[in-house]
Amino acid sequence: MTDTSDSTFASFLDAIEAGNPFYLTCPNDHGSLPPKRICPECTEQTLSKESLPETGEIVTYTNVAVPAPRFRDDSPYVTAIADFGPITLTGQLQGVDSDDVQIGQTVQLTVGSADGERFVAFERP
Amino acid sequence: MTAFGEHPDRSGRDLFAEAGLAALEDAGLTPDDVDEVFYGNFVGTLSENQGHQGPLMSEAFGSTAPAKRIEGACASSGLAIREAARVVRNGEADVVVAGGMERMTNMDTAGATASLAVAADALYEVRPGVTFPAAYALMARAYFEQFGGDRTDLAHIAVKNHENALVNDHAHLQTEISVDDVTEAPTVADPLGLYDACPISDGASAVILTSDAYAEHHDLDAPVAITGSGQGGDRMALQDRDSFAKTPATRDAAQEAYDDATVVPDDIDVAEVHDCFTIAEVLALEALDLYEDGEAIGAARRGETTRDGPLPVNLSGGLKAKGHPVGATGTAQIAAVAKLLAGTHPRADALDSPTVGLAQNAGGTVASATVHVLEVVE
Ligand SMILES: [Zn+2]
Repeated sequence: MTDTSDSTFASFLDAIEAGNPFYLTCPNDHGSLPPKRICPECTEQTLSKESLPETGEIVTYTNVAVPAPRFRDDSPYVTAIADFGPITLTGQLQGVDSDDVQIGQTVQLTVGSADGERFVAFERP
Repeated sequence: MTAFGEHPDRSGRDLFAEAGLAALEDAGLTPDDVDEVFYGNFVGTLSENQGHQGPLMSEAFGSTAPAKRIEGACASSGLAIREAARVVRNGEADVVVAGGMERMTNMDTAGATASLAVAADALYEVRPGVTFPAAYALMARAYFEQFGGDRTDLAHIAVKNHENALVNDHAHLQTEISVDDVTEAPTVADPLGLYDACPISDGASAVILTSDAYAEHHDLDAPVAITGSGQGGDRMALQDRDSFAKTPATRDAAQEAYDDATVVPDDIDVAEVHDCFTIAEVLALEALDLYEDGEAIGAARRGETTRDGPLPVNLSGGLKAKGHPVGATGTAQIAAVAKLLAGTHPRADALDSPTVGLAQNAGGTVASATVHVLEVVE
């Protein structure tokens, strides 16, 4: 087993930035996101890291007109949930016109930053 | 309860004192009669820099009984009523106060937006900019994609709940609106606009629960009983759920409450559900098994959940028009259903001898849900 106790939210973002995004998986192939000590689906405690597929597909999104305060200079912005297969992620869609977003579109992972805090972001491949 | 609305200059303790004292007076009891207090509050540590609110709020209405603050985001006082009902039914207490309070408007919009967002996952949802409306917008778009429906369907829910609140002097918004007003309002997070969202409100609510034996022995007027209680949970972040268009925490809570009360969904005469956004009323009605999945989106438009329909929903005005002082909402719903069943609510005339009512309270994007069944005492 791989020790995944060093898998934090920060290390998850580091891995995206390094071009090697990962997710956690249990012996029953349930995907989950760090930090985790137990599989939320089946309670297996033997978790290991696996490479995350490079692209995901938008399953829902919203164009946010009244922004979170940290993004007051960036509104409107789009947040979306994208399915990457073993896991599903919420991210801010960057570099895309809000009129040009649709369910089913392909995105890849990147990392954004606002007020010194990093976050999951998506961009077009 | 207090009037819900904007009370930026009133302290939380003053708001709760008003609600608690009114509830005691209505029940014919005094502060000394209270055995225990369960108090719901969401962001009091942020909005008033005040922790340890349980004893503070009890003191405000004249009690030093053991008190707990309970936090479950927008479901905080739904959780409070559940704990209160539990200790009374277990025989651990005879007279319990359940209530809640929230102050929001003393913060600016940015502060309130940031405060409300803390109900979501701080790392995976709040960081990329998911606001409270944005989270429900993600659910609304997923619902439209899976089941159909549009902004006009949602608008009919807002129009209905505003209309219901017109006679409710405790409501935050007593303004009639049209479907066009809703669909043409500024977007907050598409597909949701300004009139799809509940207002940001201050207020407090409290209800008194007593054991049957106590009410009988003291000859109290207790016309309505809580006969069923349920609570459900779910993964915290939307992204970790199987569907973004369903709320299984409410379904689990409802099943438990229906079984507890030995009723079925068909028995429900009136319901107050958690419509923080118009889409939330749809999700609730389906999870409560009052509608099949995909069917509740048109319920208000078809006139089924309106005041003159077969199943009036949110006769109080709901969160949408009555207002949503977060921690006060769950017990305000219980108070509304109790008054509707007792015939003392300003919208009680919409009902013909109702016997069974329901209140559904939800936290965050429904990672917490409570359902309570109330019945007229024979
Ligand atoms: Zn597993």
